[in-house]
Amino acid sequence: MPPQLLVGTSKGLVAVEQEHNQWKIVDVQFEGLSVSMLYVDERNGRWWAGLSHRHWGEKLHFSNDKGKTWQEASTPSFKNYFLRPDQPATLKKMWTLQHAGVDKPNCLWLGTEPGGLFFSSDDGQSWKLSENLWNHPSRLDDKQWFGAGKDFPFIHSIVVDPRDSDHVYIGVSCAGIFETRNGGKNWQAKNKGLVAAYLPNPHAESGHDPHKILLCPANPDVIWQQNHCGIFRTIDGGENWENVSGQNGFPSYGFALAIDEQDTETAWVIPAQSDAMRIPVDLKLTVCKTVDGGKNWISVSESLPDKFSFDLVLRHAFVKHGNILAFGSNNGNLYLSSNGGENWISLSQNLSTVNCLIFP
Amino acid sequence: MAKIKFTSALKRFFPSLTEIEIEGDTVGQVLNNIEKMHPGISSYLVDDHGHLRKHLNIFVRGDLIKDRNTLNDKVNNNDELLIFQALSGG
Repeated sequence: MPPQLLVGTSKGLVAVEQEHNQWKIVDVQFEGLSVSMLYVDERNGRWWAGLSHRHWGEKLHFSNDKGKTWQEASTPSFKNYFLRPDQPATLKKMWTLQHAGVDKPNCLWLGTEPGGLFFSSDDGQSWKLSENLWNHPSRLDDKQWFGAGKDFPFIHSIVVDPRDSDHVYIGVSCAGIFETRNGGKNWQAKNKGLVAAYLPNPHAESGHDPHKILLCPANPDVIWQQNHCGIFRTIDGGENWENVSGQNGFPSYGFALAIDEQDTETAWVIPAQSDAMRIPVDLKLTVCKTVDGGKNWISVSESLPDKFSFDLVLRHAFVKHGNILAFGSNNGNLYLSSNGGENWISLSQNLSTVNCLIFP
Repeated sequence: MAKIKFTSALKRFFPSLTEIEIEGDTVGQVLNNIEKMHPGISSYLVDDHGHLRKHLNIFVRGDLIKDRNTLNDKVNNNDELLIFQALSGG
């Protein structure tokens, strides 16, 4: 099977393949529909796609034959759940799907907007809301869990500790990082060291805005996050976060993050100017890389547009697999590097907004 | 029996969908009976709480239904019920 990249755009799922050293678009699925979430379950090879219909709500589809055919799965529901006593919760968007561990076959976690974490023990045929998180005192406090760019808080990142599948972290915008060590029975905030510059108390226990979190498989105590207020890293499993943003504030703000699977010191980000200016700094589309845990960042942007670029890369639109990096932008541009970001090629300039990418 | 007409956009997801006649004294009962004929379709029409989706309209006898939450608008024999998506773009 040649290397393949799946691109979830606001107008369809685009499959890109490498043939004879050339990357080409080879297929489009869900044409005209917004693909807001992509996931490939490494345990069984099943592909998952979340669709955001303008009229028909959120839908979840899966494919057991690498996208040749798709079936619709059950969608998580907030029936009988309330955001506040007088406000029913309604599914707005499915943000992230994650298998619950190799020792838990058929089990999946799914994070949504509003901030619900759902669990399936039957491979997505049915979903159950994690009530212990839903009823967490911080979730019920709108000064600790609140919307960021959306009307409601949302769970966009789920990482499962490969050493212990009962040990799970989630990233919530806005609330922060939460951890369970017993498979979801209890949750605690893990935000020490983070900064929420938009709050009266920037060091509040909750109310932080991680845009994306990734755990290093080679050392699961090392977790990176691109946050609203900078780039942060922990080397002790989230007990303490260190701000590793660049000197003079660049890179700092952004959404996209990729990390090396083996080297705990290496990561890439694609910065934007600021929350008020969600465009590349100086309109130069720039990828920044660190190889020393964030002490220093360098630009690895050869062949990317160095002027008049208005591309913003969303949180799930930057991926790494081996030495290949790829990202897509809100302007429908798709770039790929085969050498860890040393240089880039343009795969398309004609897509719709790129919501998410994945190497299946 | 009411006569039900669907927006053609739904045929993409339910290819066998055609104009049908179906029992039901209220809009909610009609939708429940449509679900029996086309399993899964109700999740396209109503949200988690059974409320009519925001960008969807149902007309009975040419008028928009008033009760979008409990879907209790009356449906009479020989009424025409139209299920259309609202106009929204982008």
